[in-house]
Amino acid sequence: MGHTDKQMKDALSADEQALLNTFLDEHSLFYGPDPAIMRDHTIGPRSAIEDELLQGELDPHALNLVRGRLHAALDETYDMVEQMGTAPGAKWGDLVTAVYTATGDLSSISPKGVVVFSGVCHYPLKFIAKYWAKDPTVGLHDGDGFIHNDSRYGNIHNTDQSMIMPVFHEGEVICWVSSTIHEGENGACEPGGMPAAAESKWDEGLKMPPFRIVENYQVRRDLLTFLQNSVRDPKLQYEDVKVKLHACLRLIERIRAVIAEYGKENLIACLRKNIEDVDIEVRRRIREMPDGTVRTHAFIDGTLRENVLIKYNLTVTVKGERMILDVRGSSPEFVNRSINTTVASLKTCIATAYLLYIWPDLPHNMACFSAVEVLSDENSLLDSSFDAPNCMSLIPLFKSFTLPTIALAKFMYSCPTRYTAIYSSHFNQPYTFIYGGVTQHGEVTGNFCADINGNGGGARENRDGEHAVSPCFGYMCDTGEQELIEEELPVLRLVAQHLTKDRVGFGKYRGGLGYEQLITSRDAGFWGFMTGGTGSLHPSAYGLFGGYASPVYTLCKIREVNVFDTLKTDPRSFKFDLVELMNEQAIPGAKYGAYDMGMTFEPVQEGEVYMICQGAGAGYGDVLDRDPNLVIRDLEEDLISHETARALYHVVYDEDSLVLDVEATRAARAAEREARKRRGKPFDQFVAEWVRAEPPEDLPYYGSWDDPTRIYAGQGAGRVVMARGAVTGVMMPNPKDVRIAELEAQLAAATAGRG
Amino acid sequence: MKIPMTEYLAIDLDREMWECRCCGHLIQSARENYKKGLLVYDRNPREIHKPLLDTTKYQRSFAPDPAWCALLEYYCPSCGTMVETEYTVPGHPPLHDMEFDIDALRAQWKDRPAPAVREIPDDDERIKQLRHTHAH
Ligand SMILES: [Zn+2]
Repeated sequence: MGHTDKQMKDALSADEQALLNTFLDEHSLFYGPDPAIMRDHTIGPRSAIEDELLQGELDPHALNLVRGRLHAALDETYDMVEQMGTAPGAKWGDLVTAVYTATGDLSSISPKGVVVFSGVCHYPLKFIAKYWAKDPTVGLHDGDGFIHNDSRYGNIHNTDQSMIMPVFHEGEVICWVSSTIHEGENGACEPGGMPAAAESKWDEGLKMPPFRIVENYQVRRDLLTFLQNSVRDPKLQYEDVKVKLHACLRLIERIRAVIAEYGKENLIACLRKNIEDVDIEVRRRIREMPDGTVRTHAFIDGTLRENVLIKYNLTVTVKGERMILDVRGSSPEFVNRSINTTVASLKTCIATAYLLYIWPDLPHNMACFSAVEVLSDENSLLDSSFDAPNCMSLIPLFKSFTLPTIALAKFMYSCPTRYTAIYSSHFNQPYTFIYGGVTQHGEVTGNFCADINGNGGGARENRDGEHAVSPCFGYMCDTGEQELIEEELPVLRLVAQHLTKDRVGFGKYRGGLGYEQLITSRDAGFWGFMTGGTGSLHPSAYGLFGGYASPVYTLCKIREVNVFDTLKTDPRSFKFDLVELMNEQAIPGAKYGAYDMGMTFEPVQEGEVYMICQGAGAGYGDVLDRDPNLVIRDLEEDLISHETARALYHVVYDEDSLVLDVEATRAARAAEREARKRRGKPFDQFVAEWVRAEPPEDLPYYGSWDDPTRIYAGQGAGRVVMARGAVTGVMMPNPKDVRIAELEAQLAAATAGRG
Repeated sequence: MKIPMTEYLAIDLDREMWECRCCGHLIQSARENYKKGLLVYDRNPREIHKPLLDTTKYQRSFAPDPAWCALLEYYCPSCGTMVETEYTVPGHPPLHDMEFDIDALRAQWKDRPAPAVREIPDDDERIKQLRHTHAH
């Protein structure tokens, strides 16, 4: 506050101050995201009626019946959206329905739903309650429905859209309901809703703070038309607004039936108790853990536009029933790159990690994370500013599903109770094709393929990870029916989803494998693909307790050829395997290339082949501890090569019959243990020889080194160091300008002296 | 009492030492970084995650770039078990990843029974048993 302001404030009487406050309240220039809402992930205090009910005598039997009825209604509405939704994401389960208390705390989600979607809806919901409900031009009425997608007001990314509705009873809001779908297309600078190329928030497409699109249970056609007019797929926008509305209407109908049968008191008490019970249990589970600090970090190897090393720092401290997650020392935000995330989205994803991998037995609501404190640097990658683009926030957010799993494993291993098996990292990159163009039906579209839902599972302390099992953010999603996809889109899959041999996190237990995805386009008007992943130089999913990470991944292309011609004239030159295709280069005249997994939108010609692998989970434990019979089984199932079995697992067997030589294996492993002892160096000596005081000078490095209060950005002479509390965003040069400068320097060198 | 802290490490509360669970080797004071008592090997990550594409044809080959990724392997100096792996950036100081309050740990275990093998709710064998029980 300036000096003059202070003098003025001192001079105001209480009445004048009240008048000033009212004036300011009524004359806000812009209702931006409210930090008081957006920075608070904890459950709110009880309302008066909740307190009265929970202090009084409760009927556990009635509460249980109410809970069951709510779950059934949430399950039913999930199925409704999955069956009716137009978005590819809806058809494969990237959706959720949810119910909230009257004060806006998430109480319960659909049992099959994507937890992470509803963990963000309480933010816009609380915004509606705080601002729009009392605003005379908006208000809050029975039959209102609010649409929302901007993650600055609470969301994962703005490709997800929600419908949020209050449920009125006797003239008052008794609870809220919501329905969320990963819609895809949203009018961004690239089709499909996840534009890696966005350099400012204005490139991200639709950016909806919560606003009322439904009045008296009817969609307002003028507003819907505005939304349709702002995106590439007006049919999608039209249908899914209605689908989400009708899911909410069904939920409201079921809730009214619950009130009629059990009374509003039992509903209110049930919703609140769901949350409080989880909060109490979480605090008890934290108390079970040893006090101490666990440090971990992950490195992201690019911005989707250029290769840089970006640190995600995570230190977890437990003391009694307090758990503090400290992500300070992570990279600064990138002001003209799309991979930043708001801290609210970050917390929601970490909370989801708790529900998926740490305490999957807990009821799914936001109270699972209410007890946890989070520390972050403002203007950092993980706590980005209002202006930083964040439409590809998945890059750091996907790490947020797995890094806490690694950190928490070290707190949970000693605990007397297992709530689930200790889990290494699920694969954690959004590897899939995003597409856009004109379909064979003449319709303009843009969206993404469901391969994102086929991440390999991480290994556990008691078994191997599952192949291509689920996305890292949910567990009930599917990779879609290819025939249905081909009916709607000019996208053809050339090879069955066969598993990625040798591309997995090895260990005592190995991760689950991903699969190869080879696609092309056919009969399109205009068509193109993009991919939005990192992890091509530095592995993405790290192992646990001696397990190895997932490998790195490569985007492969066969261009300047129409593979349909090849299949007609010379089918033998087409191999149904990515590695063979790329190494043999058997298609005459084709241009083969291998690239990073991040590709901005690229037009494709009919019959050009684009190939990715879905990623594999990380390993658990020492490879030499792997049961040799499991290694043989991996060979039988063609998951690993003989080279891997021999050189990595040190198993001895007959290559033709796959008969194991138990004794020779034991001897080979003993020899390898001795070899380790010879090549390993004592820690202090190693540190003295190997450790550097600062990041290597030629590495474009973003984030802290050993001291989390000193944050590096850049490389060479351009590198800057920021202090904690003074982190500012980093502006990246246009990769094309960088390339032009390189080529000009080469040209100057080549022509020097010839002037 | 010995508290298992990871797959391969325990803390012996009586001796206040990190201990190898495979061979019983006393690694380091439990109040210090256990890594100080282990051997470290700077493994070329391309030996584990081997190039699958022909590196004469392509720069990218499903193998990490050693300038961008270091892989530290930590071995028990007595039995050679690989206790931990650490993926990092070349030259980055190894993480002091586990720092527990030993006094609090002792207090926590004072009234608990000695650690036993913990039952994992979603263990295959256990699920089989449950199904068996339900069937009869
Ligand atoms: Zn040992």
